[in-house]
Amino acid sequence: MTSTETHKDARIRRTRVAAAIATLAVVVGALATVPWLVSDYGLSLMVNVMSYLVLTIAWALFSGTTQLVSLATSAFFGIGMYTVAMLIKVLPLYATFGVAIGVGAAVALVVGVLTLRIAGMFFVIFGFGLSEMIRELTVWWEINQTHTMGRYVFVDFDTTMIYEHLLGLAVLVFLTGWLLRRSRLGLALLVIGEDETVARQVGINVPFAKVTIFIVSAMFMTLTGALMAPRFGFINPNFAFNPLVSFQVVIMAFLGGLQQLWGPVLGVIPLIILSEQLQTEFPFWYSVFLGLVFMVIVYFLPRGVTGLLEDVWAALGRPLELPRGFAGPLLDAWAWLSRPISLPRGIAGAIEERWSKFMPRPTQRR
Amino acid sequence: MQMQLRQTVSAAVLAAFGTIAGWTANAADAPKTIRIGYAISLSGVNAQGAATTTLPGYDLWVKDVNDAGGIFVKEFGKKIPIEVVAKYDDTSSAENMLRLEEKLMSQDKVDFVLPPWSTGFNLAAAPIFAKYGYPDLAVTANSMDEEQLVKQFPTLFFFLNQPPHFGGALIEVLNKYKNAGQLNNKIAMLSVGDQFGAEMSAGFGAGLKASGYDIVLQKSYPLGAADLTNEIKEAKASGADTFIAASYPPDTFMLTGTAITQGYNPKVFYTAVGTAFAEYGGNFKDKAQGVMGIGGWDPSLPGAQDYFKRQLAVTGHAPDGWASPVTYASLQILQQAIEKAGTLDRKKVLDTIVNGGPWDTVVGKVDLKTHIRETQWGAGQWQNGQFVGVSPSSMPGAQPVIFPKPAW
Amino acid sequence: MPAIEVILGGVILGGLYALVAIGFNLQYGMARIVNLAYGEFLMGAAFAAFWMFTLFRINPIVGMLFSVPVSFGANWLIYRALMLPLVRRARTRQQLEGETILATFGLLFVLRGAATLAFSADNRYYDYLGAPLQIFGFTFAANRVLAFAMACVFGGAIWLVLNRTRFGAALRALAIDPIGAELVGIDVRGLSGLAFAAGGGLVAAAGTLVSTFLSFNPAIGIDFTMKALVVVIMGGIGNMGGSLIAGVLLGVAEALCSYYIDSGLTLAVAYALFLIVLVVRPRGLFGTP
Repeated sequence: MTSTETHKDARIRRTRVAAAIATLAVVVGALATVPWLVSDYGLSLMVNVMSYLVLTIAWALFSGTTQLVSLATSAFFGIGMYTVAMLIKVLPLYATFGVAIGVGAAVALVVGVLTLRIAGMFFVIFGFGLSEMIRELTVWWEINQTHTMGRYVFVDFDTTMIYEHLLGLAVLVFLTGWLLRRSRLGLALLVIGEDETVARQVGINVPFAKVTIFIVSAMFMTLTGALMAPRFGFINPNFAFNPLVSFQVVIMAFLGGLQQLWGPVLGVIPLIILSEQLQTEFPFWYSVFLGLVFMVIVYFLPRGVTGLLEDVWAALGRPLELPRGFAGPLLDAWAWLSRPISLPRGIAGAIEERWSKFMPRPTQRR
Repeated sequence: MQMQLRQTVSAAVLAAFGTIAGWTANAADAPKTIRIGYAISLSGVNAQGAATTTLPGYDLWVKDVNDAGGIFVKEFGKKIPIEVVAKYDDTSSAENMLRLEEKLMSQDKVDFVLPPWSTGFNLAAAPIFAKYGYPDLAVTANSMDEEQLVKQFPTLFFFLNQPPHFGGALIEVLNKYKNAGQLNNKIAMLSVGDQFGAEMSAGFGAGLKASGYDIVLQKSYPLGAADLTNEIKEAKASGADTFIAASYPPDTFMLTGTAITQGYNPKVFYTAVGTAFAEYGGNFKDKAQGVMGIGGWDPSLPGAQDYFKRQLAVTGHAPDGWASPVTYASLQILQQAIEKAGTLDRKKVLDTIVNGGPWDTVVGKVDLKTHIRETQWGAGQWQNGQFVGVSPSSMPGAQPVIFPKPAW
Repeated sequence: MPAIEVILGGVILGGLYALVAIGFNLQYGMARIVNLAYGEFLMGAAFAAFWMFTLFRINPIVGMLFSVPVSFGANWLIYRALMLPLVRRARTRQQLEGETILATFGLLFVLRGAATLAFSADNRYYDYLGAPLQIFGFTFAANRVLAFAMACVFGGAIWLVLNRTRFGAALRALAIDPIGAELVGIDVRGLSGLAFAAGGGLVAAAGTLVSTFLSFNPAIGIDFTMKALVVVIMGGIGNMGGSLIAGVLLGVAEALCSYYIDSGLTLAVAYALFLIVLVVRPRGLFGTP
């Protein structure tokens, strides 16, 4: 996109863009037919995938560029969901969506401006505290105003409709991310993420950039929550403002990897499938296994699934090296297993040594 | 548009499958087992409630039925054992719970689905049970809207009556002593910041005011509050003879402990969920004497003592004096309804549950004509190491109230 | 109820928050590890106290002689085996924070799941030192006052170690600038391991004390972790005095709110206070910019 771009480069770029759009159209078209192909359960699983996809990409819009880890996802998701729940009896459904987006954007504006100076862990926990505070206030309001704590959402908007709307929203958030990467705002945010002081010195309007993308990201999260409201016949603030949603989104984003726009896809899908398998196949061991998987991700997939794919891709590009034939690695393995045990530094030392072997050294990292 | 198309397509597919199934399957082929499934909170914040109230009842019932060889189903002319083919962890997330219910009903196609734990989850799940026509024996649910909800969802049953019932039962006790001049008309009332607390305090409040009581202290506190010392001190200073807390188990224990510490001895001390737990009596021992609470049961009912002992022996969980026996009773009803209907056809079983009562259970006779168990204990009291039903006094087996509560 | 009584009650509650937070601050401020599994050790210690008390009638305070060293050792092992590899490969503090959050989040689930399997998900409660205690003529529960007193003792001991010993000076250097500390010959990793383990020991003490007056189940850990994080962030990372003041501030705010405004708003007010502090002072009350 630089001024020195040659005619040929431009043509290649246009072809690539056209190919990308065509691929996207085919994928989206295929996904749109899913409700007619799967069982009701399959569809609700897809709704789950789609909602987390939107949340995670929306999260990455802000956090992936500015490097500020946000735990406010559940706050905006909850605002969307509970606004619909509160207004569904007085407004048409789409109007409640509109109000929800408005509320979400307004809260995002205030929070975005207030948190401009806050960074690092302080920002992370700010998001958590915000979500908890909004939930507590909602509970208090409901108990003192309505003398109950929950709302019925009976509306003619079935799972198929929710799914198709979420799919549309996913396309929208994906395109937003794609455009952001090609815009001045996106570039500005990357600079801010690297070093905010530098960004300010090169003349970037830091507050404007940060608050803008925070609002955009929050609007997607809010709308996701709003779209999910009709899934529930009954909603209470604890359903809507569930802090685990925030944590899950962060983990999915890290698992997928943030280098690529499509990275979150690779985080959301495996984690949802895995979680579902654990909940149904190993119900009593769900927590233990899920925890172990998180740890495996951190220790063995530090760059997420995207990074893994890139490594596999790179390895496939190299010829297989087996100087001693297939027996070679087997002999090595046998030798390793049968060597005498020595613990010069005790068990802790051995464990530590073992770990440090598994860990890629800094030079091997990207 | 989409919805109609989808329904048409699925109807066509179903019809096709139905025809094929009709050719191959013989109606007289008895299934090997009655397939049961449920999704419940095995992890997360709701796990403690499910583990205390609901799961032991499920486990015990399955064991009891299978020890007896199964449920006799006339249509197949023999006893068929129960098999729990699916036991899922909803991880205390409502969204997961909904999806797993759909899996049980639309994919696993189990014969019967047992309900999840908590009012919120049961209210959220009711539309799904109704959509797929599964009887929904929602035991751990309680709402002001029960009458409307059972009209809207014909598969839904409530086993705990609406809040005014529980309020009324307590007020009956209070009125007796107030009219005798032994109790003043001042009430101190706390409630936990959750749907239960809000609806209970509203339900109690209306009844109390109608009976001429003056609520001198009314406060709600958040779920998970770490300290309720101020609240007890305020109640003590309020001059009320009656202390009412629409509380949950952690705060029930904390309020009682704090009241003991502060030497707060109202003539009536009433806490809600958790009061009936066996652990309550185990912890506070003789100090529990005279404490009133929500629910109640009649240990002299046929089968009640036996049930109590077996649940403790089989699951290691002593049942509480309120919702645990009701959970077991709801499954006894399901079992008897299958036997009476003589089929596993859910529509027929559902009709039988409604019209075939009253049913004999460990909590006495239960009739579900209105889809709501109307006759039940409202208030109980710890008496000599047991939590027994005391009100409404019209209940058979109602024990006389210990009044005033002895000092801690 | 006189205001002084309300405030005193708040201070006692805040002492508990401070105690939980100080251990977390040792792990986060000194060893630079955001340990989301922190609260699981509190839960574990609570269960240990519960079983020792109900099965063998062992006084929970005596029981600490067992649970505190065990938790200390377990946390030291976690630092050496699980955290050190992440410390080694991290190039920036931000990367380290991100990776330790994820790793300890996993650990949290593992420990919580294991506790559920081992102890069942039930709520536990036992009665220890619920006796009334008179302070300035006001009545408080002895177990709560004990927790407050222990918070003062531990807080004071840590303050003394940090400010009056060479070891403490090294720790403070570590908190302010780990690279600089290494340059002046401080064994950063060994010291970090000790600080991390000390945090683990402290949370076991906190767990034991909490179990004497709050009911608990395997899922409570994360609530205490987040509370500790809020207090530490509010007081300033690495600043023990900051945690103490922030903890007491939250306790007093909750008590004042429950008496003068509405009990239902206590948690909302506590979070609001936290958010306001951050907006005004983005690095906490006593954070260094």
